[in-house]
Amino acid sequence: MINLRINGKVTAVDAPQDMPLLWVLRDLLGLTGTKFGCGIAQCGACTVHLDGEAVRSCLLPVGSIKDRSITTIEAIGETSNGAKVQKAWLDLEVVQCGYCQSGQIMSATALLNTTPHPDDSDIDAAMAGNICRCGTYVRIREAIKRAAQIE
Amino acid sequence: MMSAEPIAPSIAGIDASLSRRAFLKVSAATGGSLLLGFSLSPVKAVRQPASETTAFALDAFIRIERSGLVTLIIPQVEMGQGVYTSLAMILAEELDADFRRVTVEHAPPSDALYANPAVGFQVTGGSTSVRAFWMPMRKAGASARAMLVEAAAATWRVDPATCRTANSEVIHEASGRKLPYGALAGRVARAAPPKDPPLKALQEFQLIGQPARRLDSPGKVNGSAIFGIDVLPPGVKIATLQASPVFGGKVADVEEAGAHNVPGVRQVVVLDDLVAVVGDHMWAAKKGLEALQITWDEGANANVTTAEILTQLQAASERPGVVAKSVGDVDKALSTGKIEATYHVPFLAHAPMEPMNCTVHVRPDACEIWVGIQVLSRAQAIAAKITGLALDKVIVHNHLIGGGFGRRLEVDGVAKAVRIAQKVNGPVKLVWTREEDIQQAFYRPFYFDRFQASVSGGKITAWSHRVVGSSILARWAPPAFVKGLDGDAVDGAVDFPYDVANIHVEYVRQEPPAVTTCFWRGVGPTHNIFVVESFVDELAHSAGKDPVLFRRDQLQGAPRLRACLDLAADKAGWGHPLPARVGRGVAVQSVFGSYIATIAEAEVDRNGKVKVRRVVCAVDCGIAVNPDTIAAQIEGGLIFGLTAALHSEITIARGRVQQSNFHDYRMMRIDEAPSIEVHLIKSDAAPGGIGEPGTVAAAPSLANALFAATGIRLRHLPIDRDVLAGRKPA
Repeated sequence: MINLRINGKVTAVDAPQDMPLLWVLRDLLGLTGTKFGCGIAQCGACTVHLDGEAVRSCLLPVGSIKDRSITTIEAIGETSNGAKVQKAWLDLEVVQCGYCQSGQIMSATALLNTTPHPDDSDIDAAMAGNICRCGTYVRIREAIKRAAQIE
Repeated sequence: MMSAEPIAPSIAGIDASLSRRAFLKVSAATGGSLLLGFSLSPVKAVRQPASETTAFALDAFIRIERSGLVTLIIPQVEMGQGVYTSLAMILAEELDADFRRVTVEHAPPSDALYANPAVGFQVTGGSTSVRAFWMPMRKAGASARAMLVEAAAATWRVDPATCRTANSEVIHEASGRKLPYGALAGRVARAAPPKDPPLKALQEFQLIGQPARRLDSPGKVNGSAIFGIDVLPPGVKIATLQASPVFGGKVADVEEAGAHNVPGVRQVVVLDDLVAVVGDHMWAAKKGLEALQITWDEGANANVTTAEILTQLQAASERPGVVAKSVGDVDKALSTGKIEATYHVPFLAHAPMEPMNCTVHVRPDACEIWVGIQVLSRAQAIAAKITGLALDKVIVHNHLIGGGFGRRLEVDGVAKAVRIAQKVNGPVKLVWTREEDIQQAFYRPFYFDRFQASVSGGKITAWSHRVVGSSILARWAPPAFVKGLDGDAVDGAVDFPYDVANIHVEYVRQEPPAVTTCFWRGVGPTHNIFVVESFVDELAHSAGKDPVLFRRDQLQGAPRLRACLDLAADKAGWGHPLPARVGRGVAVQSVFGSYIATIAEAEVDRNGKVKVRRVVCAVDCGIAVNPDTIAAQIEGGLIFGLTAALHSEITIARGRVQQSNFHDYRMMRIDEAPSIEVHLIKSDAAPGGIGEPGTVAAAPSLANALFAATGIRLRHLPIDRDVLAGRKPA
């Protein structure tokens, strides 16, 4: 059994050490907001936070996490920046199919955690790992700037 | 972009049991009448016995609970295009429902109740949803409203004409009385709806035309939205699969031992054309699959290559085809001297962000399916066929779709999942790896186009276009493939918008070996508008005319399109100077019932690297139901099309797809995305389609911009950096 601190709660999971966190979240714990997109850290759909930092869960062996704190899309709204990002996403109607947006929101929130007022190049650098096949990039860019302005 | 007042409607969960129960009854009561009478959507009141449900189904699209909750059943699937919101707006507009408190629900499979009027069965695609359901939804809403008014008037013993409705209430102004719809639901007495319910005048619309918050957004920003891939029925196992890497190949031998040593692997399923591993979770299934040793009988396609396919298409383009359109005398008009060119575009995969998946539980007496699919009734039918069960024993739960783009117009995935599930005891969720999703797909056809044209006095005097490629319709909807002509393959070519006296368009069907082709976002016009608008651009330059003026002069017969062109040119600053190696390109289109002019601005560096700086679109799509969604669809459609123009190509070698994941089947990312401006032209015309057109607009406007920047004409896609850098001939 592996103990994981997920969304503020310690949860014991029966999983092999090399199993990526993505599948632990989705298939063992039913936390399906974190998405599978590519399995090779190319698309960012599986982005979660480890101690507030964006990581791709599809390649993260669950045994390597130890006592670091995992936050998923299901709980990101409980953080100040996460709530701002979600609000900006709704205000600017970013979402289309929505499948990638969990990952986009996790990456955007991590960006605001380190860079409260990102410019276009900060946004490009932080968000280029997240593919949106519906092409919502124009609105993602605006929504991150909007979120940064929310008091 | 536009904003709306915050409102908080919701989408019902995935439990379809209530709606299924309610609507099977509705279905039994109405028979196939909805399908037969789409020009006037029939509405029947069906009283549900109180013991079964507290819901009251006014018709197939509207259910009103006694609590007052208004549920709108949306026949079209939500895959990002905003259709749950736009169709709900149309229904709620005529129903006068309080839009802040409506709930929308996926329709269950039923061609009888939910056929797309434009197609004849239940299908979401081709930018048809708002166009085809515009009047049926208005009439359904208006009929239900009329019945509620009648019930209230009877209660009050007043003339229905003295009542009005607003915010889910019937109001009798003279006496100051009001009754909420919920209270009236049980009193609607008449068995038949009014035949010709009064519809609102356009100026009476309160929802339509105002930007509305999407109903599906809240669940998509907090992780609670359930896509097909997210379902977890009790006891579900997870499986992943490998089909023959060579199209059409068969399993020769499987050495299973390795898989059974992987913890969590439960079962290996070997079918004639694929192998699947079933496990407790995807990690076990994936590792188990990798641990198998599979020998394939590669079959007849083992040597197929893209080069061979191109050669076949090129040869076929020398043959005359089936005439799709012929006006005037092209041969004679061409005899004064002609300009010729050939174009080709590659196979494309859809690569929706949600990989293909389907969850199935086959029991002796029933089959239950959880999936997000654009063709719900076809999913049900294929499962019935494979299992031998009656149609009504196949229960399909539809879900939000994490990107369709045409890939989910196909039921090959459902078929594979059902075949595997037949070998598994209990429910099994089959999830494609991204590699399998890209390599075992159906693809946008490889097309080859041959043009001849003459220009005289700055105008096109003859236009001849031969389209060569596979027919999707011949496979997907055989009755629509008539006398060798595929209307989709020439869509965007036959509706050539310019004032030209001599036009000839032909289609030559040439099927590729091995590859199955299917619709891809923008369908026929994605290919045709690229080649047509590129070649028109060639003609403009050969005539020494400005590409906007050249088009404008010949769009006298297309005033809505010309108005778009004028607006786009104005907003884009057409004609204003640009730095070296930066160019503007224009493209116009009138497809899917919408008129669009697009101007792209792009820069090319010395190494041939392209930066798309800006795209400006002027759009006349008729009545804009949800204007913000229209802008969003154009923005997203452009990115989808730019991605393909810049990066996308599926190639075949040794009968196999060579690309496998996002490292070699690249997507445009945010750091490449241009600024995009969408300008809507106000119109009272019937709504046009909007999901496809943005994608259509991208490649031609970009390629024409790159010509303006470099003088190099790009006649095939994707755009080749080596060509733009001058390292390779065009």
